[in-house]
Parts: sequence; structure tokens; C-alpha cells
Amino acid sequence: MRWLRENFFGGWASGVFTLLLILILWKALPPFIDWAFLDAVWRPDPKACRAGEGACWGFIAEKHRFILFGTYPYELHWRPAIATVLLIGLWIFSAFRVFWKWWLSIVWLVGLTLIGILMWGGIFGMRYVENERWGGMILTLLLTTFGLAFAFPLSILLALGRRSDMPVIRALCVGYIELIRGVPLISLLFMASVMLPLFLPSGVTIDKLLRAQIAMILFAAAYLAEVVRGGLQAIPKGQYDAAHALALPYWRRTYLIILPQALRISVPPLVNTFIGFFKDTSLVLIIGLFDLLSTIKISLQDRTWTGFGVEAYLFASLVYFAFCFAMSRYSRSFERQ
Amino acid sequence: MIEMIKVSKWFASFQALKEVDLAVGRGEKVVVCGPSGSGKSTLIRLVNRLEAHQEGRVIVDGVELTDDPRAIDTVRREVGMVFQSFNLFPHLTVLENLTLAPVWVKRVPRKEAEETAMHFLARVRIPEQAAKYPSQLSGGQQQRVAIARALCMRPKLMLFDEPTSALDPEMIKEVLDVMVELAREGMTMMVVTHEMGFAKTVADRVVFMDGGRVVEAAPPAEFFGAPKTDRAKLFLSQVLGH
Repeated sequence: MRWLRENFFGGWASGVFTLLLILILWKALPPFIDWAFLDAVWRPDPKACRAGEGACWGFIAEKHRFILFGTYPYELHWRPAIATVLLIGLWIFSAFRVFWKWWLSIVWLVGLTLIGILMWGGIFGMRYVENERWGGMILTLLLTTFGLAFAFPLSILLALGRRSDMPVIRALCVGYIELIRGVPLISLLFMASVMLPLFLPSGVTIDKLLRAQIAMILFAAAYLAEVVRGGLQAIPKGQYDAAHALALPYWRRTYLIILPQALRISVPPLVNTFIGFFKDTSLVLIIGLFDLLSTIKISLQDRTWTGFGVEAYLFASLVYFAFCFAMSRYSRSFERQ
Repeated sequence: MIEMIKVSKWFASFQALKEVDLAVGRGEKVVVCGPSGSGKSTLIRLVNRLEAHQEGRVIVDGVELTDDPRAIDTVRREVGMVFQSFNLFPHLTVLENLTLAPVWVKRVPRKEAEETAMHFLARVRIPEQAAKYPSQLSGGQQQRVAIARALCMRPKLMLFDEPTSALDPEMIKEVLDVMVELAREGMTMMVVTHEMGFAKTVADRVVFMDGGRVVEAAPPAEFFGAPKTDRAKLFLSQVLGH
């Protein structure tokens, strides 16, 4: 009771607010529960869905294979399924500090190779599947993983370059960052998918997935660079003085003294940008790649199932939320250490 | 050991040093004092090129400091520096602070660097703090770690830039004691400080600066006993007066 009073009725303002919230929940929650659970249709039966009052989870049940795996050959869905679990497993494994050893990079290398083998196939008697047909969950996760894996180191170089003593390097980095930041990601993706092939010599082709991936890396690097720069600027001048006085040369000074401190300060805004990037991968749908959100959109175009957009997008939101919330919680625990 | 010939230094249009001549011999201890803004910090920071001078010559242990990075590197390896705000690396333990430069600059094997570090930690009387982080230590302890860190590079010359100015009064003595001990062992030292007691006991020469110039340079007995200029008299009355 005491806890209740202190936390919810600490003052008149807090008390009024609590009552207001209770009222809103009392009005909104029962209808939502009715819709989402009690009246919901769970069987994949469009007729029952249209007749019923509640949510049509049958749609998700019916379409989950396509939503999760896109146009990947139906009978081979076990391959992206394992790949997805493997990739999520790698992320979770890497979240534990005790595993932050040199061999973690080997674990990733092996893991990503396995994922590549599973997705492409073509050896060990597995059928070859070209990456034009990859889609759904694994595509979102792969775009994020490789996007961040390349964009983050690139962003550190850009941020360092922007603070360099050498005017040419500084100008190049500032120019790059400002140029990319000044352009929407959508137009970068369009450029990558439409314009880039025009500049390549005939005969040379880079497939669509790789082009999108490169565009996303370039985009994310510009944003992350500014975050890292913020961290660099927060390092007191005395740290540089001490490093200079000890005769530490540039790269050792940067690697041993400056970056460890700068990146630690930047964890909250970095995670913020990571989360934004994870969600931005959904923009690849405009150039015809089937990530998680695109597969949902396409599922909705099925004649027999039109009109269940709320359920579909709620499901998408839940999946995205689960990943973003996990990242956010992890960053919180990281900041406390 | 240090030779400065007609050294001038500007920050934008402000001239911080005006044709300063100064020589510090091997084993000599020189205390630099003067009112704030007189250029004493700038002067000491020229010695390991934390600041660059624009006119004149600065020669440290036979190496002239120019824009040549090799010359700068050679000098910095020979010169240790202690700062007013300690400037320990907060993300490393005390021991790591001490071994970092020997391992990464001088390529000393880690085990040997750790032995050296423990030796100097014992000398500054805090060997039991080796595994702690700087933020867990008092100001006086941090400054002693900073001295030990500089000594681990086995410098020929030590620079102290107001080493006790950021300390609580009760911690000043523990740092000065370490410095006095170091002086007794024959280390060449250049010290910017307001601790006139330290100057009296340790210094071979006191250099008084004002307005970017060296106004007076004399042995402590002479400087404190019979300052020649009015500015030095005024300064001494202010520093010693309370």
C-alpha cells in the first residue's frame, strides 16, 4: 500500500494522472482483448475471418512461411530457418562480455560461412538458390548484420578523418558525410539499383542485393560517423596531452587511448542509430527486395486475404519491436557497467 | 639539457612568449614561477612540443625541435611530463597506465614493463593500488601515479606543470615529497609551481616570468632574499604574504 501511494499518488498531479490512466485503460483494454484474443479467429479460414468480429490471426498462420522466408523455394525453407536461428544465436552469443576474445571473430567467420552455405547451397548436394530469391526475416537480419559490420569501422575512420590535421583528408570526410546525410536513403537505394548499372562497363553486373547493401553501408556510415565524432569531441584535451607526452604515435594513441573512451561515451546514441538502421532496412522493398516488411505487404495482396492489414502490420511491429527492445535493454545494461 | 634561444610564441595575435632565453643543465632543477598568464605553462609545454614555437630555437638533449616528427618523437621519449590535472587514462587500471607506453612505444616485454611499473609504484608509495582504476584514487594518489607513469619511460628530464595546483591542501605534501626525493636522486627537472617552499629546498635556480618574458633568473637564496625587480617583489609578497 505504501509503495502504491508513493509511486502513483505522490501528489495531486500524480494522483489525477494515475486516475486518468486507469480510466483510459479501463475503456481501451477490454475491447482490445476482445478483438485480439477472445473474438479472434485463429484458423487460417478467410470466410470465418470475414464473418467474425475479432482479429484474424489465421492470416498470419496461413502466410507465416512466406512472411518469414519470402520467395525462397518452399520445400527448402528449413535452410533460411536454420540460418536465421544461427544468426540470432551469433548475436546473443556476442552479447556476453566473457566471450569478447580474439576467437569471437573466428566464431563469426565460421557462423557466417555456414549461413552462406545454407542460403546459397550448391554444395553438399544442396540445391543452389540465387540471392534474388532470398527474403523475409533472414534478409532483414543479414542486411543489418553486414550493414553494421562494414558501416561501423568505416564511420570510425570518417570521424577520425573529420578531425584530422590534414586538410585534404578532412575535406574529403566532411564532404562525404554532408553529401550522404543530405540525401534520403530511398534516393540512395534508387541510385544504387537504377543508376549504378549504367556506369558499370557492359558485362559487369553487381546483383541487386549487393547494390542495396552497399548503399545502406554508405548511408549508415555517414550517420554513425557523426555519432562517433560526438564521442571524440567529449575526450578532454589532457588525454591527448598525456598520450603525446608519452610519445604514443597516432594510431596507437587513437586505438589505445582515444577510441576506447570515445566509443564508451557514444554507446547510447550508437545504439539509437543501430536501431534506426535495423528499421531502415525495410526500405529495400522499394527496389524489389523482399525483406520482412515487404513479404507482409505482398501477402496482403492475396485476393482471398485482402483487408487484414491491421493484423499483418501488428505482427510486423511485434517482430521489429522484439529486436529493437532487446538492443535497447542490452545497451542499458552495458551503460551501467 | 634544454636550450631555448630567443623563443617567441603566438596564440593567434596574442604573443604568449617574447624572445625567451633559458638553459637548463643536466641534473639541474629549475622552478618557473610567475603570475597567471605570464607564459610559464606555455614555456614548459614547448619542451616536449605540446606547443610549437614560431621563432627562435628549442634544443632538448642535443635535438632541435622542428616540425620534423622524428625529432619530436625522439625528444618525447626522453622527456617525462606531469600535468596539473593528472591526465591518467581513466579506462585503464593503474598498472596498465604505467605499462602502456613502455610496451607500445619502447617495445619492452610486458612482464618486464610490469616489474618496472611495480618498482616505481613502490617508489611513489602506492604499490597496493596497482589493480585499481584512477577514479578510485584520491587526487594525491593519482598525481603520484602520474609521476610513476612518466618515470616508467626512464626519462632523462622531467617536466612538472603545476603538479599540486589541483590538489586539496592535505595532499600537496605527499606529492611534493615524491618530487623532492626524485630531485635528490639527480633527475633533471623543470617545475612550474607556486610552491615556494619546494623552490627554496630543491631548486638550483628560480625563473620568474611575467608578460611572456623571463624577468629574473637566480638561485633561490638570491631570488627570495633580494629580488631585483619590482614585479618579482610584488609577486613574492602576494604568494608568500598569506
